Parts: sequence; C-alpha cells; structure tokens
Amino acid sequence: MNLLTIAVRSIKQRLLSSTLTMVSMALGVGLVVAVLAIFGIVQKSFNANATLGYNMLIGAKGGKLQLVLNSVYYLSEPIENVPYEYYLEFQNQEIREKEYSGSYSYKAVQHQQVARTTLLTSACGLTSPAGMIAALATDVLIEQHNQQLYPWKREGKYSVFTDFAIPLCLGDYVGPYRVVGTTPDMFSLLKFGRQGDKPYEMNEGGRNFEHFNEANGFFEALVGAVVAEDRNLKVGDTINPSHGSAEGDEHATKFVVVGVLEPTGTPNDRAVFINMEGFYRMSDHAKPLENEEDVFGTNQIAHKITDADYVLPVEKREVTAMLVRMDPLYSIGIENRVNEGNVAQAVFPITEIRRLLDYFVSPVQTLLLVLTVLICFMSGVSILVSIYNSMSDRRSEIAVLRALGARRSTVYNIVLLESMVLSVVGGLMGIVGGHAMIAAFSGVIEDQTGVQIGFFELAPALPVPIPLLSSVSAEFLVIPGLILLAIVVGFIPATSAYKTDVSKSLGK
Amino acid sequence: MLEIIDLKKSFVQPSGEPLQILEIPEFRVEGGEQVVLLGRSGGGKTTLLHCISGITSTDSGKIRFLDQELTKFTEPMWDRFRASNIGYVFQTFNLLPAFTALENVLLGMSFAKDVPDQEYANWLLKRVGLGHRLNHKPDQMSVGEQQRVAVARALANRPRLLLADEPTANIDPANQQGIVDLIKETCKEFNIGLILVTHTMEVAGQFDRIDQLEDINLVSTELAAGMPEFEKGENQS
Ligand SMILES: Nc1ncnc2c1ncn2[C@@H]1O[C@H](COP(=O)(O)OP(=O)(O)O)[C@@H](O)[C@H]1O
Ligand SMILES: [Mg+2]
Repeated sequence: MNLLTIAVRSIKQRLLSSTLTMVSMALGVGLVVAVLAIFGIVQKSFNANATLGYNMLIGAKGGKLQLVLNSVYYLSEPIENVPYEYYLEFQNQEIREKEYSGSYSYKAVQHQQVARTTLLTSACGLTSPAGMIAALATDVLIEQHNQQLYPWKREGKYSVFTDFAIPLCLGDYVGPYRVVGTTPDMFSLLKFGRQGDKPYEMNEGGRNFEHFNEANGFFEALVGAVVAEDRNLKVGDTINPSHGSAEGDEHATKFVVVGVLEPTGTPNDRAVFINMEGFYRMSDHAKPLENEEDVFGTNQIAHKITDADYVLPVEKREVTAMLVRMDPLYSIGIENRVNEGNVAQAVFPITEIRRLLDYFVSPVQTLLLVLTVLICFMSGVSILVSIYNSMSDRRSEIAVLRALGARRSTVYNIVLLESMVLSVVGGLMGIVGGHAMIAAFSGVIEDQTGVQIGFFELAPALPVPIPLLSSVSAEFLVIPGLILLAIVVGFIPATSAYKTDVSKSLGK
Repeated sequence: MLEIIDLKKSFVQPSGEPLQILEIPEFRVEGGEQVVLLGRSGGGKTTLLHCISGITSTDSGKIRFLDQELTKFTEPMWDRFRASNIGYVFQTFNLLPAFTALENVLLGMSFAKDVPDQEYANWLLKRVGLGHRLNHKPDQMSVGEQQRVAVARALANRPRLLLADEPTANIDPANQQGIVDLIKETCKEFNIGLILVTHTMEVAGQFDRIDQLEDINLVSTELAAGMPEFEKGENQS
C-alpha cells in the first residue's frame, strides 16, 4: 500500500473537514485564476488598441493624456478645437481646393479674378495679338504667384508624409455615449486589431455612412456594438445627439443609423459615429463668424439640408482632433514642428497609453496579484489548521503505523502528501471553477471589452522579467505554487507526526 | 531466541526526577515458547514490551534477539526489524479506522516488504474466522472481530515473536476465550514465540509458563505497592 493511498484514505476519513479545506483552497485558486484572466483581458483589450491603426494624434494644445483620453477612449471632459485649416495641412491640394471652395476667401478671390479678366480683355482688345500675349503672360505670372498666395493652390504642409488624417469632432452624446463626428474614412481607411489589419465591419444590413446621399443627406450615423446593444439601436433607427453632455439638450437634428459595428474590443464599441458634415449642420456646431449672413443657422432646426453642392465654409469648421497615420521616419520631426507652433499639439498615442498603463494599470494588477496570492496563502493556512487539528486524533494512528514498522520519515511524508493532495485537488477545483466562471461571463466580457474568452482560455504570462516565468501561462505556475505552499504549510503537522512519541500514543 | 540482560528503563517525572520502571537482570524466551507476563497495572509490562520492540529506548542493558543485539540498533534499523520480525497486538485501538480489515493486514505487510502478499492476507483473515468480513471497516465490526483482525495483521509478516499487550482486556467476556485460543493456536501453528501480558489469572492460567513481573523486575514490586488494586474484577466475569 503506497503512501499516497494512505494519505488519501486519511483525507477521506475526515471528509467534512477535508472538503471544507479544499473548498477554501478552491475559492482562493478560483480567484487567482479569475484575476489572471482579468490580466489577460486587460492585456488583450490593450493589445487590440496597441495598433490603433494610426500613429499620431493632433489636437488643441493642452494635456497630452487628456487628448488621448478624449480622442482614443472618448473619456474625460471635452477639449478645445483646432482650426480646420490645420487639418487641411495634412491633405493634398485636390482635397484642399474642394474644401476651400466654400470658404469666404476663395469666393472673394474668384470675384477678383472675374473682375480682372474682364478688365484685361476690355483694355487690350480681343483682336490685338499683342494684347492676347500680354494677357497670357500676365496670367502665368499671376498663376505662379497664386500658388504661394492661396492655400487651395498648394499641397498641405504635411501631406506628403501623411497616409491619412481622419478628423474627429467631439462634444455631443447619445445617452452616456460619445458622439464622434468624422468622415467615412474612419471606417474605410482605419484598421484595428493586434496587427492593425482588421477592417471595421458592420452587422448584417449595415454599411458605412456616406458623405452625402439623397435619402439621408448628411445625416447618417454608425453605432458601436455596445451602444447598439445598450440603447437597443438598429439600422433604420434615428438618433438625436444631445449637446455638450449626457444631460444636455437634444439637438433637433436626427441622424439615421445606417450600420452597427461588429464588436472590436476598442473604445469604438462605445461610441456613435456621425457624418462630420451633419455634425456641423447641427445648430450651434458650426463656428460662428462675425457679420456672417445666416446661411442656414436657426432655421435649420427641423429642416433637413440636402443640398449636396453647398460646401460649408472652412472658416466655420473646427475639429477636436485628428487621427494621423504617417511615415514613422518623419513622425518625430513633424511632432516637433507641430508642438513648436502655437496652434496644436501632436502626441504619439501608443506612448501615452503605455505610460498610462505603467502608471496606473500595472500597479493595480500587481496589487490584485498580491492580494490573491495572500488569499491563497490563507487557504494554505486553513489546510495547516485542518491537518494540525486532526493531529491529536491521529497520534494513535501514527503510533500504530510506527509500531507496524513505519519510519518517522514515512509518517512525515504521509502527512505532507495529505497537505499536497488537499491543496492540489482544491486548486484543480479552483482552476476548473475559475474557468467555468470565465466561460459563464464570457458573453458579458465580450460585450464590455470585445475580448473573446472561453473555458479553455489560459491566462497570459506574468509581466515579470524572469525568463521562464514570462514565457508560460501564469496558470502553469499555480500547481507548482500550490505544491510549494502545501510543503510549507504541511511542514508543521508533518514535523509533529515525525516527532510523535509512539510509546505514549499507542493504544489511546 | 530472545535474551534480556541487565535491562534498565526509567522515565523522567514532571518534577524532573527519574522514575525507575524496569530493572531486569535476566529474561529469556526460546523460539516458539509461549510466556505469560502477569503483573499489576502500572508494573511496567507495557514498557517492557515497548523496549523489546524498540518502540521506546532503554537506558542500559542488552536485548538480544535472533542473534542480533537490538540495543545497538539505530532507529530505522529497529523500524525495519520490528516490521518483519515482531508482531504486536495492543489492548485497544489496533486498527486504522480508514482501512478495511484486509487493508489493515496489507498495511502491516507493506512496511516489511515491497509487495504485500494479498493471498496470504486473505488466508490469514479466513484463519482468524473473518473470511466474510474482508472489506469491512473497523467501525463495522465488533471489538472481538477487530481484535481478530489485529491478530491476523500481527502474523502477516511471519514474525518470530508476537507481543500481545492485554489483548482481551477490552473484549466482552464471551469473546475473550476465543481471542486467547486464537493467539495460542496460531503461535503454535507458525512456531512463533509469544509474550502475552495480562493482569488476570484467568488468562494466565491457560499457559504453561507464567512469569510474575515482580519476579523478573526488581523495581516492579515497589511501584505496584503504591498503586491502588483496581485490577481485581476489572473486565472479569
Ligand atoms: N512515557 C512515559 N512517561 C512517564 N511515565 C511513564 C511513561 N509510560 C509509562 N509510564 C509510567 O511507567 C509505569 C509503568 O507503566 P506501564 O508499563 O504502562 O505499566 P503496565 O503496562 O504494567 O500497566 C507507570 O507508572 C506509568 O505511569
Ligand atoms: Mg499496560
């Protein structure tokens, strides 16, 4: 009969106390597993953002972290805006010209040009070839001059280094969720996921919003997965963003939901995206100018603007932030240039997020880990107490074993084995229980974080700079850890068994 | 076979003074011989058996058994020797409650040899009249039955000496004789030397050699004189 059998029998003999001890161990280990899993979830949801799909954030001057919280996580208080012209510095000439075409300066220049052409033709006469040549030569000169003078005639300052720049206009809410005014580029150019290669997908029947169409004008919206679930929104529904905060007044302008985003595990699950053009056309949103004629202003309320040709003047536009993907080679230089200017700031969001994680999340993780390890240790102590309490009953059993020829070391090992069995069996129960719990909550977790997690999902490796530890799942450390704990706590009763005075304990 | 010379054993009292329990100039048991040790409670009978089996250490003197000087043994040697050569039956609490009758016997075997002899264990239990109770746990058996299992277990390693410490003291009178008979017969059958300790003449009277503890132990008379004579009529019919 081997020692393990003897140990297991002894455990079975004290079934109630053994079970309670194992349950306490199971709870402790279950908690550890759950905490490790939370680490995994935090890490994964971070990794899902680790490649944001862009590498630079441009926003108004102010706190770097606040810009990141606002523009990446849609958290924190709204911040200042930057002029639309700044955004256009990241665009090519063609786009710039189109965007500027509604601007007051553009229109003024157009007027001048018409006047000048009329003047020239009448002065030189259409019939005189010399006059024609003179007029053409002047035109070429003026054209060259204009390229420097008029912003729509040149490339944006940073445009050659820029893959894309996606504008964000923040400030409105749907319920507690941020409304993000942006362009359709957000979901056609931007990718997400660990490798930054996953395109955003809409649920069945959904699509990206469009810049303009006959049916909805500028007023289309896309809804993040969590928002859709929570607010019970689906394609075809309309939403009224409320101004400034969740409690703010609702705008009268309605946006039609044209798609619901599939869960991404990014903060985008928790936001509503509307067409920036529609955003500006809501009351109070376009930046007011002095002495402007009211193009649509207050009478825009309850009146859907469907005029696709009308371009809102650049002067009336602002953006809160822009998500820029640019050649990493130049990004540091451009960051410097932007920050040296007095209009905007540029930050590298990943750097800021990592800093945030290091300063805030990592200590919390460490604290949690320490707490759960302490809880496990307490379960270990309960094993100690349970075995130790049984020792007085067991003196005579141990004495009988010794009288039968068992050595001191044998009875020592039996008690130690008992401690290990209690601890490991309890621990396995805890691991299974912990995973069952994770599996049970996987739906909620996926909804809240977009992280998919199942019963067989192992916790990630611990973030410690120890080669072996940092390469295997932390859960593989639980069992050796438990055995170690069992040895530590089993030592005391085992020693007591070792020291049993056989002569005194026999037959009692 | 067993030879004790000048054995001395004392315990340290709570006051710190040593209390002499045993002082035995000479005591011998031949191979297969059956000896009853008769003596009052507190006389040191159990202590003597513990000394012989190495459960407790001696102060001085020699214990020789099977041509080996046990008093020179280290503890692990004692353990091994006890496991294979000495069978022990106690007054009470012989069996481990978590194990069945058969398992208790096998457990007795497992400290002497690597592979317990299951067949022999079965056979022994049949021999002590418990062939039908192999898989019963102690609390499912009467005290008499438990004591039979204890006898079977004591015989399991084919020992050369059986030590029985008041094996009938806790057994109902109707079953006492059966246990005495069983021990007597099996020891004869397997040619095992026997030292049976008792404080009653009823048991002792059935054996040829009866040694009064007072006769072999120089200190036992003094000790016993100070003890109340409660043994008379205790567990007797
Ligand atoms: N471990 C011990 N420590 C101190 N005294 C003991 C110890 N074991 C036995 N004694 C004492 O030794 C004496 C003899 O005990 P024991 O051998 O059990 O007698 P018996 O078996 O003849 O009744 C008793 O007075 C007992 O109190
Ligand atoms: Mg006694």
